[in-house]
Amino acid sequence: MSDDTHTYIGFEEYSEHVPPSIPSAVQQATSRFVDGRAARVAELPQWEELRQIGSDIRLHTIENMDVYLTRFETAVQAAGGIAHWASTAEDARQIVLQIAKEHNVKLAVKSKSMATEEIGLNHALEAAGIEALETDLGEYIIQLAGTGPSHIIVPAVHLKKEEIAALFSKKLHIDAPADPIELARIAREILREKFLAAGMGISGANFLVAETGTLVIVTNEGNGRMCTTMPELHVAVVGIDKVIPDWESLTVFLKLLARSATGQKLSTYTQFITGPRQAEGEFGPKEFHIVLLDNGRSKILKDPIGRDVLKCIRCGACANVCPVYKNVGGFAYGSFISGPIGAILSPQMLGMPTARELPYASTLCGACADVCPVKIPIPTILRHLRRRVAQGDDFATPTMPALIHATAGLVSLALAQNWIYRLGTRLLPFFMRIFKRDGWIPSAPYPLSRWTKARPLPPFTASFRQWWNVRSTKGKE
Amino acid sequence: MTQAQLFITCLGDQFYTSTLQNMTRLLECLGVDLVFPPEQTCCGQPLFNNGFEDQTRAVTLNFMRAFAKSDAPIVGPSGSCVSMVKHHYPELFPAGTPEHSLATDIAARTFEFTEYIVNVLKITDLGAVYPHKVTYHASCHYLREMGLKTEAKTLLNAVKELEFVPLNEEETCCGFGGAFTVTYPEVSRAMMDNKVKRIIASGADTVVTCEPGCLMNIAGGLYKAGSNIHAMHIIDLLASKEGVA
Repeated sequence: MSDDTHTYIGFEEYSEHVPPSIPSAVQQATSRFVDGRAARVAELPQWEELRQIGSDIRLHTIENMDVYLTRFETAVQAAGGIAHWASTAEDARQIVLQIAKEHNVKLAVKSKSMATEEIGLNHALEAAGIEALETDLGEYIIQLAGTGPSHIIVPAVHLKKEEIAALFSKKLHIDAPADPIELARIAREILREKFLAAGMGISGANFLVAETGTLVIVTNEGNGRMCTTMPELHVAVVGIDKVIPDWESLTVFLKLLARSATGQKLSTYTQFITGPRQAEGEFGPKEFHIVLLDNGRSKILKDPIGRDVLKCIRCGACANVCPVYKNVGGFAYGSFISGPIGAILSPQMLGMPTARELPYASTLCGACADVCPVKIPIPTILRHLRRRVAQGDDFATPTMPALIHATAGLVSLALAQNWIYRLGTRLLPFFMRIFKRDGWIPSAPYPLSRWTKARPLPPFTASFRQWWNVRSTKGKE
Repeated sequence: MTQAQLFITCLGDQFYTSTLQNMTRLLECLGVDLVFPPEQTCCGQPLFNNGFEDQTRAVTLNFMRAFAKSDAPIVGPSGSCVSMVKHHYPELFPAGTPEHSLATDIAARTFEFTEYIVNVLKITDLGAVYPHKVTYHASCHYLREMGLKTEAKTLLNAVKELEFVPLNEEETCCGFGGAFTVTYPEVSRAMMDNKVKRIIASGADTVVTCEPGCLMNIAGGLYKAGSNIHAMHIIDLLASKEGVA
């Protein structure tokens, strides 16, 4: 369980006031990724086999996480790196702050990292008087905007180029045009100075290769390479679930990741970091630290159904196809991770009192599970977490409001005692007749009023049973 | 003579009397001798999908008792309800219990309507005539949980005078999702609006689906949008002889 007290995630409240610009920006961007992914997948006849292998390796790894993490730690140390263990977000922040203070760091440049978003590292650094600058373009944009990411791989996906231009103009006191190339040029110019001046580079990692203690970072902008090679000090913060056994398994995930994420065969940069530089004149920092972050993961691992969320390789494909995500955007999920994977991770990481609305933020359509490169059964886990909310389990007590719980009990009784249901079926058409207008029920009493808010209800006809009975006694027409 | 049991589903029971009548007539025309167990209520999916597993079991037992009186196949007009019985009933009871054996037995002989016609009876032409432009919404559980990708289109393909037009994002959820419509009505509405927009853009005058839930949602959405596009269950289209919907 996270040590941080997280504010209640009000998905419903947010969903009632989604800024209209968000769905339109998100749908436009995610459609491109969906099409790109489909094209890349079509090129690989063995795609399904690859997904299965990916799933098997991830499951094997999380089941033997202790073994692979120990192997990874030993290899990092052998390569001259320093490994730290952080059981909570606060531990991780303190470790990074301590390293920064020891090296008298004033400015840190950051490569895109979900783990540092998870632990809120930027705020902690700033509170300690250290400037932390995001260097991934999307992260740079949301840092200027003062928000978190709204998508796993495209943090500023909710913003259109006009909004980004306005943001640049306001925050940088320039006249920025709504032209992506020009906006990137402006950011690049600012960032270049910072790369040269920074005392510390901070990154996450896409994978940790246990056999050699190697950090694998996949980017498209090259900023990750700058962050991890230019400053004399590199600190990586990585969730313990990122470990994989060996280089052979890495080849599987590199094939799966870029295709699923952006529809590329391979991302522009794939970087392998094994410890600090071994000799003067080599590329790389003088000192290399890795903070291995648990923050609730080892607890999730104990749940035989929920733990599959730890197989995730953070490609974002589930969000790209999710019709709920596409209509609410990432902020609705109230945490660093959004979309279907956020809906199954946040409740497990932050606890049900905080995130009990998220498992219900899905129609269980299953589009996410279809595209997941490591076959995480997202709808199954959503149902599992709904069960945790409704009736509790070994991991949590029920958090469902008492009124809904009581209603479910009554519904169950009426459906199980079929005479009650059959009586209701006879009475409902008469009762509902008073609400009928023009062949429809345009507004129904609560709770069906929540249905008729969006569209009318068809009238209750409920006369099949009578028809069948008449037909059985009087013969078929 | 082939026997089958009618699984009318609670939404069918409440809202779609004529669809159930058409389903009865179509199956009887194909020589199927039908049984209707009147004790059936709902499959329990609304409770199951919302985490009330304990409350689901009682409903499940009522369903299984109703359909255990005959060992004939069970046929329903909904991929979602059929999937509940087929895939989730056995999960609800521990292996080795009599309830689990019963659930496994029931699951193995429960079929969605188009699945039963095309894959069990091996019939693809029901002799329907429908001179209209028709598009198709692939319902989520029908498509993904049941894996029924071609059955509906195979049946539509045999309908005389029917002109099929494709639907952009045919496989995207329409926003129904059962209790989702009342849990997050605004999100449900946004998804429904997207679906309705695409149906209108398809140029069809009729949209068909194999799911009463999606049908309620899409038909209501079309009505609200002021469209006169006809939303219908595939069964009603397949029962059409004159092109009069």
